Amino acid sequence: MEQIVVPKKHNLRRNLTILLVAALIIGSARFAGFSIVGTLSGILRGGRLLGRMFLSPAWSYAPRVVDPLVETIRMSVVGTFIGALVAFPVAVLAAENFIRKPLISRPLRFILNIFRTIPAMVLASLFVAVFGTGAFSGVLALAIFTFGLISKLTFESIEAIDYGQVEALMSLGANQINVLRYAIVPQILPQFLSYTLYGFEVNVRAAAVLGYVGAGGIGQVFEQNLSFRRFDRVGVIIILTFFVVLAIDFVSSAIRRRLV
Amino acid sequence: MIRFTDVSKVYPNGVRALTDINLTVEEGEFLAIIGLSGAGKSTLLRLINRLIDTTSGAVEVDGMMVNRATGRQLREARRKIGMIFQGFNIVKRMSVLSNVLSGRVAYHPTWRTVLGLFPEPDKQIAYRALQRVDILEKVHARASELSGGQQQRVAIARALAQEPRVMLADEPVASLDPITTVQVMDYLRQINVEDGITTVANLHHVDLALKYATRVVGIRAGRIVYDVPIKGLDRPQFFRDMEQVYGRPIHHDEVLGEA
Amino acid sequence: MEHTGPISVEKPFDIYRTLYRIVNYGGLIAIILWGFAGIEYKGIMQTARGTVEALLRGFVRPDVAYLTTMTIDGLPYAVLETIAIAVAGTFTSGILAIPFALLASQNIVGPHVSKVGKFIVTAIRSFPELILALIFISIVGPGAPAGVLALGIHSIGMLGKLFSESIESMDMGVKEALESCGASPFEVLFRAVIPQVSPELISYTLYRFEINMRAAATLGLVGAGGIGAPLIFAIRTRVWPRAAIIVIVLVVTVTVIDAVSGRIRKRLV
Ligand SMILES: Nc1ncnc2c1ncn2[C@@H]1O[C@H](COP(=O)(O)OP(=O)(O)O)[C@@H](O)[C@H]1O
Ligand SMILES: [Mg+2]
Repeated sequence: MEQIVVPKKHNLRRNLTILLVAALIIGSARFAGFSIVGTLSGILRGGRLLGRMFLSPAWSYAPRVVDPLVETIRMSVVGTFIGALVAFPVAVLAAENFIRKPLISRPLRFILNIFRTIPAMVLASLFVAVFGTGAFSGVLALAIFTFGLISKLTFESIEAIDYGQVEALMSLGANQINVLRYAIVPQILPQFLSYTLYGFEVNVRAAAVLGYVGAGGIGQVFEQNLSFRRFDRVGVIIILTFFVVLAIDFVSSAIRRRLV
Repeated sequence: MIRFTDVSKVYPNGVRALTDINLTVEEGEFLAIIGLSGAGKSTLLRLINRLIDTTSGAVEVDGMMVNRATGRQLREARRKIGMIFQGFNIVKRMSVLSNVLSGRVAYHPTWRTVLGLFPEPDKQIAYRALQRVDILEKVHARASELSGGQQQRVAIARALAQEPRVMLADEPVASLDPITTVQVMDYLRQINVEDGITTVANLHHVDLALKYATRVVGIRAGRIVYDVPIKGLDRPQFFRDMEQVYGRPIHHDEVLGEA
Repeated sequence: MEHTGPISVEKPFDIYRTLYRIVNYGGLIAIILWGFAGIEYKGIMQTARGTVEALLRGFVRPDVAYLTTMTIDGLPYAVLETIAIAVAGTFTSGILAIPFALLASQNIVGPHVSKVGKFIVTAIRSFPELILALIFISIVGPGAPAGVLALGIHSIGMLGKLFSESIESMDMGVKEALESCGASPFEVLFRAVIPQVSPELISYTLYRFEINMRAAATLGLVGAGGIGAPLIFAIRTRVWPRAAIIVIVLVVTVTVIDAVSGRIRKRLV
């Protein structure tokens, strides 16, 4: 049978993109000194250490982990609460469809964006430098971090709401406070609560390590034991922290599913 | 040849979709299956290439007991059975060629097909399949850029690339407009006639069955209630007989007519 | 008979609803109060004011020389290393997340296995990345590779969850069509599942990359490479002009990467 000849496909752009992305990834891996062989041999070498952490953890140490763990949760609760409390009004001001004053919303968004780019750990170490070590510095860091996270998510939700209700109220002569009270808050509240819970989940995980820079919670105990190379205790801390975080994640996401 | 022997199908949720099906489809037949929605037409079709398992009885295709085939054996059985669907079921984000080459997967080791390394003869088979449904010029287009009728033709080409002995079509034209419907049905008939591929099609419209099939089987509530060859069919009698299938006779003016 | 008196539309008092609310709100308030009760406020250190002033002075006069130091000790190198850790870690997790996502997808492995898969993915997500980094540091030694591994493993949690959501919402007809061609499970995966969901997968991976940029910037605090190490050192030694330039460059870099990545994501889906 005679051959069918079809014109060649020209996918130069696609191939170039693939090449570029591959180069970026391989280049990054090499720059970071990351190699699969190195990792595997490292894991073989590090196996003994892992064994010390997780095969024979010092369970007798567990009671002394409870207090710092509780402090971690408290820090997350308070940090989330403050952050969310401030985030709501700020989100309302930052939403472009409600206040409609770019002079307010634009700079506000700019500042929010900066807050969101600074990791909680960096904030925590700055606060430790200013306020000293302890949970207080950690709470401040979490509050600011949560504030950035929740206000962004919330103002995006406000901008996505059904504007029909707002206009209906406006046509009845409602002022902005009424619009806020009867059109925006009811529509946004479930999402806002859901974001707050999400922020709480993120915060618990963040709070667990903030102590590493001296900002209170379980991280501080973790750091001490690690520097004394008490890996058996480190194992206990990791296991307990993990289960607490896991439990909180499950409860919180169950509530979130019911909210929205 | 396809043969159902005492086949029943009960879905895991307890729905009894087919009861005591005995049916033989001869080599080269164009069988139309008609029936109300939910009668069990799709179920019957899906048993032929074992997309679903039989509950009891045997399904045989070209001497192979499909209902007992697994793994490699099942994949080889399926290779010989092309299938097209109401929703076309092609990958819209892939090119037309890649979609048609998917019809060749069962001919090669997995590592080759996964990497897209199809040998030149396979590409020729794919081109030829596209040529048969007159859509070769779209070979490099993205499937999403095609119209519904064109997508269904790509799906036919994919089935053709399998070099099948049997073609299954589950309401192949139900999402198409009348003009494209005729085109797609014409291709199916052409393939049936020219290549002698046994064809089984679920059809919603009685008049399409009359126009294209060589035999009509009616299913009602999971049982075969009607089975006649089209040749020498007494049409008025046929429409009266439809009461067995649809629960009431069909009147001449209810039929779509020649589209 | 015509009803003439005033029509009452008051809500009937629902005792259960009221109780439910009291329990909910009361519980919430109790939890918040409990939280506050445990946070000790030791008062602002006497040095705080001086520290803040010095810090602000640092931001007014950041250490620009550090930014133009083109050696391994300069800021550009640290920034590049941070980006490299984020890229390599994100890519690793993007690949590793696929099998986990499949394991968590009901339409691929069935309802029972997928529950197990979902649990594994959640469990991975619950493991803080800094702790992972510390574990990997003790395994492969301090440096960027430990950071890559920490991000690569931790991100499987989020990506696995998002990936499985898009796999679960994909069109199953295509999977069926491939099976009807005689495709093996791997062929179904690579010729039906992945081509369909790949734009979403790439978009989620980019989103995770944005998050990982921030994470990579903190990994250095524990010794896993990147910009975090010089930053924590500058803060601890109170060299504020240097801390300031690092924070500024970090904010700018992350903002630019967010913008670029957001653009690409918008075009993808
Ligand atoms: N996967 C399934 N699980 C449970 N019941 C099904 C399934 N598929 C089809 N059914 C049921 O089986 C019966 C026959 O369905 P089907 O073969 O799709 O009919 P048709 O194609 O003739 O419309 C219907 O009652 C339908 O609800
Ligand atoms: Mg059907």
